[in-house]
This record gives sequence, structure tokens and C-alpha cells, in this order.
Amino acid sequence: MLRDALLVARKDLRLEWRSRVGVGQVLPFALLCVLLFAFALDVDRGVLQQATAGLFWVVVLFAAVLVVQRAFAVEADDGVLDALRLSGLSPASVYLGKVAAITVELLALELVLWLAVAVLYDTTLRGWGLLVVTAVLATLGAAAAGATYGVVGLRLRGAETLLPLLLLPLLAPVLIGATRASDVALGRSAGPGWPWAALLGIFSGVYLLLGSLLFRPLMEDL
Amino acid sequence: MTIDPAPATAPTDLPTTVGGEPATRGGPAPVSTSSRATRILGALSLVGIAVLVVFGLFITPPDAELGETIRILYMHVPTVSAAYVAFIVTAVGSVAYLWKRSEFWDLVAASSAEIGVLFFALTIFNGMLWGRITWGVFWRWEPRLTTTTVLFLTYLGYLAVRRIPASVRTRATVSAVIGILAVVNIPITHKAVDWWRGLHQEKTIFGTVDPEMQGTQLFTAYLGLTVFLLLFAWLLIHRFRLAWLTERAEERGLDAAIAARRAEGAEEVAP
Repeated sequence: MLRDALLVARKDLRLEWRSRVGVGQVLPFALLCVLLFAFALDVDRGVLQQATAGLFWVVVLFAAVLVVQRAFAVEADDGVLDALRLSGLSPASVYLGKVAAITVELLALELVLWLAVAVLYDTTLRGWGLLVVTAVLATLGAAAAGATYGVVGLRLRGAETLLPLLLLPLLAPVLIGATRASDVALGRSAGPGWPWAALLGIFSGVYLLLGSLLFRPLMEDL
Repeated sequence: MTIDPAPATAPTDLPTTVGGEPATRGGPAPVSTSSRATRILGALSLVGIAVLVVFGLFITPPDAELGETIRILYMHVPTVSAAYVAFIVTAVGSVAYLWKRSEFWDLVAASSAEIGVLFFALTIFNGMLWGRITWGVFWRWEPRLTTTTVLFLTYLGYLAVRRIPASVRTRATVSAVIGILAVVNIPITHKAVDWWRGLHQEKTIFGTVDPEMQGTQLFTAYLGLTVFLLLFAWLLIHRFRLAWLTERAEERGLDAAIAARRAEGAEEVAP
């Protein structure tokens, strides 16, 4: 199953690499958000510096919506989804492959975004251990929940506009956990950061399990 | 309630009665979704609400700590509890749908979610009224209220999915999955929001039955819970029956349209 998942993930990443949608559309959008926040908030009063982690994760969640949409839009045309079903891959491995690809893409995006935030919001990146673990777990959680909803938008007309409404409230705990843990890592707030990472880990685990189980009815009935 | 093995046939406790006559498919349409059982249930909930109003507003004394605002809690706690019960029913219906694939469970899940959203809206509303009196502002990032609002939006998404035109099976499967994902999110969101607001340092009375309540206060609190659960059951049965009849009406509309078209075709061929 893991080998099949890896196949799906590699296929998605190769598609992504060749089409450059992530680099050409999602990443510029994320950077644009970083700029928009600077326009919206007073840059001279240190609001940006204080809110860096929160703003960063809001941007990541917005980007996640786009990446999830993209990950399933490539399956929509020419009956690719049917071909995927006929290929004999188990739905769970298709799901895990999708999650893996989305996670890798988002992590790459976060790397660039952290650099941008470090420069533009004058933030010193530190607390690397916690920061990296938080990023991986939060991204995995967002991808795990996102991939389940992504397939919903595939053949329901009008569901594309619905994806943010469905996904973002569900990811509220991820936003809270990731923001708090990053705040601690960056030294912006005192207090333990690892319990937040644990919360993110539980979220990811739960939604990975649910997604693997529920992907079969979703693929069969759409 | 009975489990419906075949989606096309009505469960035995369905209200397809017109003046006591069972209305079969193609027979006269039922004129109401009520039955003797729901009339009793409805009467009980309405009388219960009246008694709750008398107890909550007049008989109980003001609270030592909360003063008169405790009267809002006699409604606030029941509405939020009924909403959670509703979402659990939705989750059970969703799991049962994926397992049994019966229209019955799909419609139970849908009906329950709709009522849950209604109760959540009421909870947020009376919570804000409480906040206005207690804190002087309608909104404060109180953990319970925040959690409720996030979950309210989650379930608005569920209802929105149900309104997307799709085949019955697709709609049912998708909403069942969302119903399950959403209910699992409830405890996680709770925990996250509690930590976010640093609940361990704060004492909240809001949203829970105070263990120190006594006498008429305690009685009124439990009366409220009972009454709103009855109200929920009453609304759920009616909403479910309405949903069931809507599906039947749509089927019948399609059948009639096909029949009409066939008749037209026959006329064209006949001369």
C-alpha cells in the first residue's frame, strides 16, 4: 500500500514540477498575502512582528486550499479518476499518495514563505527543532483533512467555492496549534510549545486514519 | 426507529397517513407530518417550555454569583446540549448510511444537522445576550462561545453541501463523510480553543451546569435540559418526515413528467 501511495505521490509531484502551477500561481499568491498584511496592519508599530506566526499560518492555510484544489483538478479531466480506480490501486493508497504530495508541496512553500517573512517582517528564525516539527505536523494535518475534502469538489458542481468553507473551520485547531507552537519557537511567547505540537500530531493522526477509511466510499460513489 | 433495508420503501413508522388511511405510492399525498406520537411529544415540549419560563423567570431566586443573568443559562445550556446531541445523531446517521446505504439514515443525518445548526445559532445568540449584560460587550473570546461559533460554521458547510445538486447517492455519501469528519473535530476544537484561551487559569461557569446549584435552580436546569431534548426529538421527527416526503414528491414529479411525455408521444404516433 505504501509503495502504491509513493507512486501516486511521485506522479503528482512530477505533474506539479512540469506544470509549475505551484511555483507560478500559489507561491506568488502567498507572497502577495504577506504584502497585503503589511498594507492592512501598521508596519511601524511592530504589529507585524508580533503577529508573524499567526499571519504566516493564515497564509499557509489559504495556500493549502489552492493546493488541494489543484491536486484534485488534475484528476478531473478525461476521466482520470476512473482510470485511477481501474488501475487497481486501493483508495487508501491513492489518498495517502495525495496527502504526501500535498504535504511536500506545502512544505516547500512554507520554506520560501519563512524566508520572506524573516526578511519582510524582520523576524529572526530560531527554535528550529520545534519550528520544523510544527511545520511538518501542521502541514500533514492540513493535507490529511484537505485531501478528503478535495475529492468532494471533484464531481460536485459548485463545490469548488465550498472548499474553503468546509476546510478552514475544520483546520481551526491546526491554526491555533501551529501559531502557538511557532510563537514559542520564535520566542514571542513564553510557555511550553511541545504540547501544541502534540495536539497537531493527534490532529494529523486522526484525520489520516479517517481519510484512509473514508476515501473508498468517496471514490466509489462520485 | 427502524432501519430501512430497501431505500425505495417507507419505514414502518412513517407518517404516510391521511386520516388514518395509509397513503401508498401513487395514492393521495399526506396532508400532515404529524401522528399521535408526535402530537403528544409536541404538546409535552410546548407545555414544558411554558413551565420552564415560569420557573426560569419567576420562581427561581437570582443566583448568588451570577445574579439575574443565571436565567439566560436555563436556556443557554439546554440549547447547546441539544445541538451537540443533534450532531451526534448526525454522525450516527452518517456512519449508518455508509454501512447500510439506506436513504433513511441519510435523511436522519441531514434533518438532525439542520436542527443542530438552529440550536447552535440560538446558543450563540443567547450567549451574546449574556455577554452584553455580564461583560458589557456582545462578544468576548470566551472559549465555549468561540468553539460553538467555529463548529456552527463547520455545520453550515455540511448544510451547504447538501444543497448542491447531485445524484442522491453522491450527495448522501459526501455528506456522510463530512458529518463524520465534523463530529470528530468537536473534541479537538474544544481542546484547542480551551488551551488557546488558557482555560486552566480561568474559572468558567458559562456553558456548564454549576455543581453548586441547589433546590429550584437545579430543578430548573434539569427541566430545561429535558424540555429542549423533547423539543429536539419532536422537531427531528417532523423534519425527517418532511425530508422523506420531499424525496417521494420529487420521484413522483419525475414519474409524472415521464408519463406525460409518453402520452404526448403516443398521441403523435396514433393519428
